[in-house]
Amino acid sequence: MVEAEELEQRIRKGLTNVSHLVLTDLTGTKDHWEALVVSEAFDGKNRIEQHQMVYSALGELMAGPVHALALKTYSPESWAKQEG
Amino acid sequence: MEDSVRQEIQGIIDSNDVVLFMKGTKHFPQCGFSATVVEVLRRSGSEFQDVNVLENPEIRQGIKEFANWPTIPQLYVHGKFVGGCDIVREMYEKGELDAVLSAKES
Repeated sequence: MVEAEELEQRIRKGLTNVSHLVLTDLTGTKDHWEALVVSEAFDGKNRIEQHQMVYSALGELMAGPVHALALKTYSPESWAKQEG
Repeated sequence: MEDSVRQEIQGIIDSNDVVLFMKGTKHFPQCGFSATVVEVLRRSGSEFQDVNVLENPEIRQGIKEFANWPTIPQLYVHGKFVGGCDIVREMYEKGELDAVLSAKES
């Protein structure tokens, strides 16, 4: 398991200008998380690349402490459309 | 990852147009995320090969390095990594998946 604060810290450190970040503990056990991330770092990247960037920011947390991570990633532009 | 494992994974991907590395089998998924992708592929009417990573620890670990992707399931179409559960589901919901599945090998 891992605390939301640690996930947030890693994501904000690993990605440039995270303008929006919502972490949801899906099961109440702190090991199944959902992360909604809006970052300028995602500009011009495809979905696979965007998710790889988040995984990379989380590093070894993905190899045990985080059992499952549902990801929603947006560039600021695509997030604006989504909110539209 | 050992070369033999990389070659084995490459061989599986090369010899199947659509292949899903998953936990369990398409008839008996043992993880909700794997089950979701199986269901999406079924609705898309796509034939696909399933590879149960729970039966092969080397592939289970190796596939994560192979695509630089730390989670399972992983879907490959015509030799190319398409994504995990979230991406495949999103593509299905946006109607993008059929085009990927029906595309001819380039």
